[in-house]
Amino acid sequence: MTPTRKRRLIFITLITVGIAIATAIFLTAFKENIMFFKSPTEISKGDFPQERNFRIGGMVKDHSLQRSDDSLEVTFMITDFAHDVKVSYEGILPDLFREGQGVVAIGQMTLSGIFKAEEVLAKHDENYMPPEAAAALEAAKEQKN
Amino acid sequence: MNKLIRLYHQIGSPPSFYQISGYFLKPLLSLAIVLFVYGLIDGLFFAPEDYQQKDAYRIMFVHVPSAWMSMFIYALMGLAALITFVWRIKVAEAVMMASAPIGAAFTVITLITGMLWGKPMWGTYWDWDARMTSELILLFLYIGVMAMYSAFDDDPRKAARLTALVVIIGLVNLPVIHYSVYWWSSIHQGSSVKIIGTSGIKDWDMLRPLLVMALATKFYYGYSMLHRARSYLLKTEYKKQWVHLILGLHETKEKTNE
Repeated sequence: MTPTRKRRLIFITLITVGIAIATAIFLTAFKENIMFFKSPTEISKGDFPQERNFRIGGMVKDHSLQRSDDSLEVTFMITDFAHDVKVSYEGILPDLFREGQGVVAIGQMTLSGIFKAEEVLAKHDENYMPPEAAAALEAAKEQKN
Repeated sequence: MNKLIRLYHQIGSPPSFYQISGYFLKPLLSLAIVLFVYGLIDGLFFAPEDYQQKDAYRIMFVHVPSAWMSMFIYALMGLAALITFVWRIKVAEAVMMASAPIGAAFTVITLITGMLWGKPMWGTYWDWDARMTSELILLFLYIGVMAMYSAFDDDPRKAARLTALVVIIGLVNLPVIHYSVYWWSSIHQGSSVKIIGTSGIKDWDMLRPLLVMALATKFYYGYSMLHRARSYLLKTEYKKQWVHLILGLHETKEKTNE
């Protein structure tokens, strides 16, 4: 390698390393802001903004979904298996919304400790399978219990 | 070993790159078309439906390979940029600039198919999730690279060197895109197909079309990139004798020889 090329290689390596470090510092500093949602555990610690919209994410607790008879209002619990947060929402839920499914709710915490959601998003996991495979998996789980 | 060194020099020289790459165009395009047709038919009609999403998941046969390509092409562009910057090889400049629009196109496809899937599944077209935001930044990088180059197009070699610097700096975004779903809480799911560890898609009939489409997009990129790189070389080397020979401009060739 000629000296010029070596110099260029060192130059570009230093730039890349510098930018990488700067990005890492930036992302660590703004970690909180990049976080898409807060978990029920963080909320139980009081770690959430007051009177401002934020997102809360977790699983819909089994048997916690209650629908109102005369309106679109629903209430359900979001859990991370350590803590639960009660959520109320009025509107149409996404297709994938069901108990045991991951969801993200956007809204505000009310004084009564109920999270009033303006929008509910369903979170899909990385597992894709045909219905028969899902049924077999479910059956195996039942048998274990 | 001598053969390898010779091959290396041949690929690095524009006339022989032009000649050698010419043999690859047709096979690459044919492979891409055959695999695209097979992969799409297999994925859209024969793969079993998903237990939760039913038929809506089939958009992944376009979305996931495009997303892989959007990053794969940028990584290759980064390699070409490094060679451009340090060794100033013209062929590397051509590969770098030929890749940018293809990568941008795949990024656009990724974003649009993702939005179309997001509306029914998540309940929203778009949210400022880390994965989506970093993929959008990737699109801006591609556009920035092309804009940067055309801003200096009166001197293509200088333009390529400056652009290479931007490309290399932008490489930082690649690990951010890949790990965004693990580093931060995000609405986008993790990778369904993993090289190491268990994949989220275990059913072979579901996985097969995805892998076929991944190959098809790679071949298409190979074809499209080589084609564009060849045009790039003809355009930037138009004063050289080998270009005149190829274009059949024999009269001008004799003049330049004098």
